[in-house]
Amino acid sequence: MIFYIIRRILYAIPIALAVSLVCFMLVHIAPGDPIDAILPPDASAETVAMVRKDYGLDKPLPVQFGLWLGHVVQGDFGLSLANRRPVLNELKVAAGRTFLLASTAAVLGFVIGCVLGGVAGVFRGSLADRMAVGFAVAGISVPHYWLGMVFVIIFSVVLGWLPAIGAGPGEWAWNWLHIRHLILPAVTLSVIPAGLVTRTVRGVVLEILSQDFVTTLRGKGLRSLMLAVHVIKNAAPTSIAVMGLQLGYLMGGSILVETVFAWPGTGMLLNQAIFQRDIPVLQGTTLVLAMIFVTLNLAVDLVQTALDPRMRRA
Amino acid sequence: MKAATATAADLPHSKAIAEPGRASYWREVGRRLLRDRVAMVCLSVLALMALAMIFAPLLSPYDPLQGSMVRRLKPVGTPGHWLGTDELGRDMFARLIFGGRLSWFVGITPVAVAFVIGSGLGITAGFFGGWVNMMIMRTTDVFYAFPSVLLAVAISGALGPGIDNAIIAMTMVFIPMMIRVSESVTASTRNLDYVEAARSTGASAFTVVRVHVLPNVLGPIFVYATTLVSVSMILASGLSFIGLGVKPPQPEWGLMLNTLRTAIYTQPLLATLPGISIFVTSICFNLASDGLRGAMDVRA
Repeated sequence: MIFYIIRRILYAIPIALAVSLVCFMLVHIAPGDPIDAILPPDASAETVAMVRKDYGLDKPLPVQFGLWLGHVVQGDFGLSLANRRPVLNELKVAAGRTFLLASTAAVLGFVIGCVLGGVAGVFRGSLADRMAVGFAVAGISVPHYWLGMVFVIIFSVVLGWLPAIGAGPGEWAWNWLHIRHLILPAVTLSVIPAGLVTRTVRGVVLEILSQDFVTTLRGKGLRSLMLAVHVIKNAAPTSIAVMGLQLGYLMGGSILVETVFAWPGTGMLLNQAIFQRDIPVLQGTTLVLAMIFVTLNLAVDLVQTALDPRMRRA
Repeated sequence: MKAATATAADLPHSKAIAEPGRASYWREVGRRLLRDRVAMVCLSVLALMALAMIFAPLLSPYDPLQGSMVRRLKPVGTPGHWLGTDELGRDMFARLIFGGRLSWFVGITPVAVAFVIGSGLGITAGFFGGWVNMMIMRTTDVFYAFPSVLLAVAISGALGPGIDNAIIAMTMVFIPMMIRVSESVTASTRNLDYVEAARSTGASAFTVVRVHVLPNVLGPIFVYATTLVSVSMILASGLSFIGLGVKPPQPEWGLMLNTLRTAIYTQPLLATLPGISIFVTSICFNLASDGLRGAMDVRA
């Protein structure tokens, strides 16, 4: 087991390096001279010369990558072209907001998915099963940016219950004034994981219920409540793995929902960066989100191994 | 029905590879698909939409780009504009059917290109194994380390707005997925007895792949590609929605959804129409590909 953990962690290192290489290349696939991509057009000649030297832009690409990586590891993602402030400052606040949104959505999606998928699996072929399957397909197929608009129309425009945009005044706090801003975007974002988890849990429950040990347990007269404990114990590793990965996908994929609700997270940051062609912000945000995803992947694998002894041999 | 499938389906190991090269197999798949009511409804809806897009100029008397300041934001059901008009007074129905052309094009092209490139690389990796496999699969792992939406946004964001850049970015997202699936299907056929036999009789790698591997793996890979179309449609319109991809004034569903956002207070129903088009398309592709997978009996 300890070897597996070490091996898995060691494997994450080249992946993380390669991921930063892809992010590094973003500046170079942007049309034009990289210096135009990372400095504002009216930068002074000295600044241009300094940055060119600092990032080794006259040197071969591998050297440039090394220099850039040195900066990034120290938390230096460069300056935003739009407001000349360090990218890291904005990124920290935004990533926190996105994590709040994505984790709320992930928990919501997980709970909804487990309930629907569990019911559907146990009562196979029933009306509830068919409705859950329908919900799962709709949840996966719905363009969630459109769903967000529909929610705004219903709950903000028509009913006037919840605010349509923003994350509330000032810093985030756990009070109703702020939480009411979180509800619509979080519910919108939770639809995708809810659909996926419903599908997964239903499949897992069906598979477990068809296994011999369940028949044996039933034969021994075990009541359904105790049976549920066995099913949950067996379904947990897969469901948790799906959910952990979904949290990563949601953090990276919340850009569309954040755009609809003007939620001030990484998605909004990316959106502004794209609009203003602010490549340093685009690059820094992408790198941080991808690293979070790599870390989550690693964590999911380790947790799954701890929960399910069968995985250790793989 | 049972008797007809018994020959192929009841043999062991024939589930995924029920002699798919045979014409009778495809006839059987077609027959099963025809019996799948959900899939047939979805395919009909998609066919209707495709026809509407092809014959768009005949169906609508209006130019999708021609607006009028006096006819702005007319509600659904206005005489002459039965789906209303958008924020620049352009006919909504015309924009929806013309917009479908671009939405479908940007949604389907990346999957088609990724199917060709990804299955090529995946089959190569799966068939040859060894260091070829390692090179291809480890590169794939890197792209898997990005959440797919983020990767698409980052690449097309760096390249700048435009249809071609959006297609390139999305193709980059789908190629690794196609590689993974094609690699695993191919690797599972590699050790089949008749592939082994063909190799030992001295057939060249190219011949073995063409004659024995391709007919077995292309079906499952194709089914997997069709499941990606729905994701791709949502992503394509999503990119246009945030200002990447299709540029105004071209009609495209995601872009229309974005420009109509200002109208949700005055014309809520109108503002959601492009989104409904995306939803219907995506759910139909999803269910149709489910049906195809069921008919072909592949687990991809």
